[in-house]
Amino acid sequence: MSAVVAGPPAPHPTGRRMSVGRRLLGDQNRNLWFWTFVGPFMVGLVVFVIVPIFWSLYLSFHEAKGTVSPTKAVGFSNYTEMLRDPAFRDSLKTFVLFAAIIVPVTFALSLLLAVLVSRTRVMQTFFRSVFFLPTACSYVVASLIWRSSLFSGNPSSLANTVMRHFGENARAWIERPHPPWYWLVISSARLWLQLGFYMILFLAGLQRISPTLYEASAIDGCSAWQTFRHVTFPQLRPTNVAVLLLLLINAFQAFDEFLNILGKQNGYPPYARPPLVYLYYVALKEQNFGRGSAGAAILTVIIAVVALLMARFNRGDERR
Amino acid sequence: MPTNTPDQHPEPSAASGPFSRRRLFALGAGVAAAGALSAYARPRTTPPGTAAAAPSGDLPKLSQWYHAYGEEGTKDAVERYAKGYTKAAVEVTWSSDYDNALPPALLTDTGPDVFEWGNGPSIDMIRSGQVVDLTDLFTDELKADFNKAVLDRVTYDGKIWAVPQLVDMILLVYRKSMLDKAGVKPPTNLDEMVAAAKALTSGDVKGLFVGNDGGATEMGGPLLYSAGETFLTADGKLGFGDKSAEAFGKLHQMYADGSLLEGQDKDWWSEEAFTSGACAMQWTGLWTFPAISKALGDDWGVAAWPSAGDGGAPVTIFGAFSSCVSAKAKDVALAKDFVKYLWIDNTDAQVEFATAFGFHVPSRASLVPKAKTLQSGAGKEAADLLASSGKPQSAMLWSGKAGTAFNDMMTKIVKDGADPKAGLAELKPIVEAEASAAMTGATAGTTAATTAGTGG
Repeated sequence: MSAVVAGPPAPHPTGRRMSVGRRLLGDQNRNLWFWTFVGPFMVGLVVFVIVPIFWSLYLSFHEAKGTVSPTKAVGFSNYTEMLRDPAFRDSLKTFVLFAAIIVPVTFALSLLLAVLVSRTRVMQTFFRSVFFLPTACSYVVASLIWRSSLFSGNPSSLANTVMRHFGENARAWIERPHPPWYWLVISSARLWLQLGFYMILFLAGLQRISPTLYEASAIDGCSAWQTFRHVTFPQLRPTNVAVLLLLLINAFQAFDEFLNILGKQNGYPPYARPPLVYLYYVALKEQNFGRGSAGAAILTVIIAVVALLMARFNRGDERR
Repeated sequence: MPTNTPDQHPEPSAASGPFSRRRLFALGAGVAAAGALSAYARPRTTPPGTAAAAPSGDLPKLSQWYHAYGEEGTKDAVERYAKGYTKAAVEVTWSSDYDNALPPALLTDTGPDVFEWGNGPSIDMIRSGQVVDLTDLFTDELKADFNKAVLDRVTYDGKIWAVPQLVDMILLVYRKSMLDKAGVKPPTNLDEMVAAAKALTSGDVKGLFVGNDGGATEMGGPLLYSAGETFLTADGKLGFGDKSAEAFGKLHQMYADGSLLEGQDKDWWSEEAFTSGACAMQWTGLWTFPAISKALGDDWGVAAWPSAGDGGAPVTIFGAFSSCVSAKAKDVALAKDFVKYLWIDNTDAQVEFATAFGFHVPSRASLVPKAKTLQSGAGKEAADLLASSGKPQSAMLWSGKAGTAFNDMMTKIVKDGADPKAGLAELKPIVEAEASAAMTGATAGTTAATTAGTGG
């Protein structure tokens, strides 16, 4: 430590070899401060993220039932079992269906909101804030409100009160799978929660478009739709790609609203059961960490492949 | 203070309680990190009596976990019982998220020494060595005193794995005035039940409430028992077939008729739907009786779930929160001694625990006469029904995976009108592979997956 107190830092070493301690501390003790500030987070990252990821991979190759320190290796059998499991395959179909609903609807509605808000001349900040506000709400809280107040099967719930005005009896929105009204409940909850966030992303994209392009289209006599179709939308391409990718990944992570809206005391119904919910039941309820980890690994690979494909598609698009 | 299938209890905060993706990951990460750390800490070889890591002169510490009982006074009572134990300082943990909190905690060294679980430890807990054998706490005389069906349910491989704390039961309640108005008598068989539920339905008032999901996850057990069948045979084969399939079909019929109440804020374990007049009959627990009496006076009656027909029998369901000792307890001998002190020797505490705060049945025959609530009225009728028609909520070898597959099948039968026989054909290999694995100690994984794969 003598190097630390030996005197002022020497920015220009004059041929003299610096001591090891001095070099470890770095110029102006930068290394010391770097590790002082970054170190604790790094430790947290390693202990709570990196180690569990590798531990989970380790578990996926072992028979880990009711234990997280298994001893019996089983090769790829957890993986083959998961891929053969009809419930897991169904959960992947549920994800595809959910993504097919939520991705385009959120994309279109948030873009529409952004365009409308950016065009408005009065109270623009107010509208921007109001639409963004639900993003601050917790998914769990929103799910409980959706389940208990808006779409409860009670005759007094909001949805059933509206239905009564049309002469309909109270219906169980969440429990009855035919017709699948639960998709309306789940999708509307997520739309309410995330529309504002994507609207802000689109607004930022809209502000980057040069006004000269709009002036040119006005001089050319373009209609509002033509301006949107040929100026706004193509200019928003980088934002579009980012929003699509984010939406898709978010759809993959479907968990909070599904478990809190459809989950029951004794389990979860076999419909609208997305992959994370299924894995939660396999790993933490059945305590089969081996199968659960294998499922998580399969899911990670699928997300990575989809993200890579989208990036590749995007690059190909750029070249054109 | 209900118990529930398979092996757990329907407190409102359990599975349907708030749970977020962030918490799932945190829990998963915590479990994995704990595993990584504990891998280096195994095996635990602390000899009995030495785990008192406390300074000399202090008592050794024990940690005891309970789920959050709904009745006022229960928490104070269990803390009082804990203080009465002189050989250790017992710290009571009261968890409102018990179902989610306990299983991961058992994997770590920070879990409880003594804990309760519905119907004793699950087969998965026993198979993975998370709990210890408590057989040596029981004398022959004591074994004879405990309710036999309840003690059988916590026995596996000839060993007793838990001490039953109290018995809860689930049965049918009906509103006398509503049945009289519709000219309906309490049903004595399943066909009468289908007709009664339909006759009692009018507009938003439904005939029967068996759970928000139309009874898909709650009624599988009662229906197969009412058909005279059972979950599993002694040799680990699926214990139910065509007769139960027919009974499952009748539940779908009631669902399709629109006779079943759905979408309530609270599920079958709460009396709210029944006392508010939203349904005329409800499948619910003994623990709701005080609230029902208060709301309805004498305008209600109790009955068993009716027989499904030839060879069938009426059925009520019992479940028992039972005290277990964790294999990771710092001092297993001391933990066992505490369980003996509280749930075997301290009979006054057992009677008070079962009857002073809520409506339950003591788990020992010698204590039932001391339970004043069971000596007259609906309480006596229920206790008699328990004796004549009580069946356990689930079977010991009915693993979590079997439970999920059964619930999935029941949901498809009730809500989609799926063919019950085809469902049973798919269920059979999964259940039998799990049971056989439990009996031989092998892994169920590969066989079950192969058969499930070909079946699906």
